[in-house]
Amino acid sequence: MQLKNTQCLTDISTQTDNSDSHNKLSIKSKLTMATCALLQAGAPAAQAETGEWDVDTAFLYYSEADGRVSVFEPVVSATKEIDEDEYLKFKVVYDALTGSTPYGAVPTTTEQTFTKPSGGSNYTTPAGELPLNSSFRDTRVALGVDWTTPIDRLKSITIGGNFSKEYDFNSLAASATYAQDSSDRNSTYTVGLGFTSDEWDPVGGKNPEFTYMIDGNFDQGEKGGTDTKTTLDFMLGLTQVINRSTIMQFNLGFSDSSGYLTDPYRFISVLENDGTLTANLPTTESFPYLYEKRPDKRTRNTFFWRTVHHLNEDVINLSYRYFTDDWGIDSHTLDFRYRYELGGKHYLQPHLRYYSQSSADFFVNYLLQSDVASTEFASADYRLSEFTGTTIGLKYGYEMSDNSEFTLRAELMNQSYTVQDTILPEQQGLDIAPDLSAVILQVGYNFYW
Amino acid sequence: MFRILLITSVLTLSACTTVQPWEKDLLAKPSMALVADENEIFLDEHIYFSKEASTGGQGVGGGGCGCN
Repeated sequence: MQLKNTQCLTDISTQTDNSDSHNKLSIKSKLTMATCALLQAGAPAAQAETGEWDVDTAFLYYSEADGRVSVFEPVVSATKEIDEDEYLKFKVVYDALTGSTPYGAVPTTTEQTFTKPSGGSNYTTPAGELPLNSSFRDTRVALGVDWTTPIDRLKSITIGGNFSKEYDFNSLAASATYAQDSSDRNSTYTVGLGFTSDEWDPVGGKNPEFTYMIDGNFDQGEKGGTDTKTTLDFMLGLTQVINRSTIMQFNLGFSDSSGYLTDPYRFISVLENDGTLTANLPTTESFPYLYEKRPDKRTRNTFFWRTVHHLNEDVINLSYRYFTDDWGIDSHTLDFRYRYELGGKHYLQPHLRYYSQSSADFFVNYLLQSDVASTEFASADYRLSEFTGTTIGLKYGYEMSDNSEFTLRAELMNQSYTVQDTILPEQQGLDIAPDLSAVILQVGYNFYW
Repeated sequence: MFRILLITSVLTLSACTTVQPWEKDLLAKPSMALVADENEIFLDEHIYFSKEASTGGQGVGGGGCGCN
């Protein structure tokens, strides 16, 4: 996953307010602008007064409908200016996930039995329902450090490191971003490079790709151990002052992943031509589900554009991302936030997000038994299907007199999937790709310490 | 698609005017930062990374996640 920051580009000489709190704000603005580090992970927020920590905290509650995944996620980041224009930033993230999640099987007109990921027991799904694994639980801890140092008046470099640990997954990442302002400080050019190394250690061992699930009451046979994948990211960016009230950002991103890109837990229903689960299986201990298999390489390209525009009082933040990869996925993301000033340091911020993607070349809703032998790659992961996603939300913010800020936001997310494969006779009347909806709630508090 | 986006970007940039330092009062406001609330964007990126096939665009770095 990626994160980053982007703030920049205005000159500091316009900040003239001399009151205490405004002086602090002035410094905050100055540093925000002076740093101009556009691309790095969790960039030097560059907002703390020298010797003081700028602490940003947030607590996220994300909950999907129908008893699916719930996430509790607190985040704390702290930034300090350790020398003139030199910043150190720490970030700690904790995730706790619970609930039920689909692993790729489609609903059928009969009850279905699956082996749990641990391989030691089974679970069943009633007829007509989307199969969900209710034993899904995970916790994740992530730590990040960024160090930004100036090279000269117009140039800076940021070095970042991230580490995260889950029960079955570890990740180690490093990044470097070089940023250079034009002499009039109306443009900032950036070059970023990132490297991520991930390791899977799946519960119950790694299922061999394209093998049938084995009944949990029997020996699970030879399973794999850990496996790894690596990702190299490269990015070019330009941030440009367009006029007195408008700033724009353009990024081009290139990403190359290789290694074990398959999801170790996901599988695909294997059906007969009439839509019933196949009985044509290699052994009597096999279930009619095939563990998925994805290519071991993936190249991704992105174009990102953002505009921030100041109206009389309010601020519009609009962005668009075009994404394309060599798995056949193209996507468009539009994001719109409108900061509406209520006066008295209160504001409301409506948020709209629209997302649309095409499916991966190897995405299937199910596999026909007759096609299994000739299939090279396949996944029934709904995130690789064609779908559209919408999010609508509202945020309330209050900037308090001590320069701290409280925020609260509530959003609704929905994903609507397109069924790619033919609906077979036995599937008539079944919703083989039901919509997903979720609630997003976030509380934030930022302060100086 | 990339070519169209790049040409559009260049045309957009050709419309920009030179803004003097003393004209940057609005651009200097924290609410005008490209990312005004870092945690909000970070959490959104985490959510959508785990629910969609697309990722990236805004920067390099961060860390991996078994959620996708």
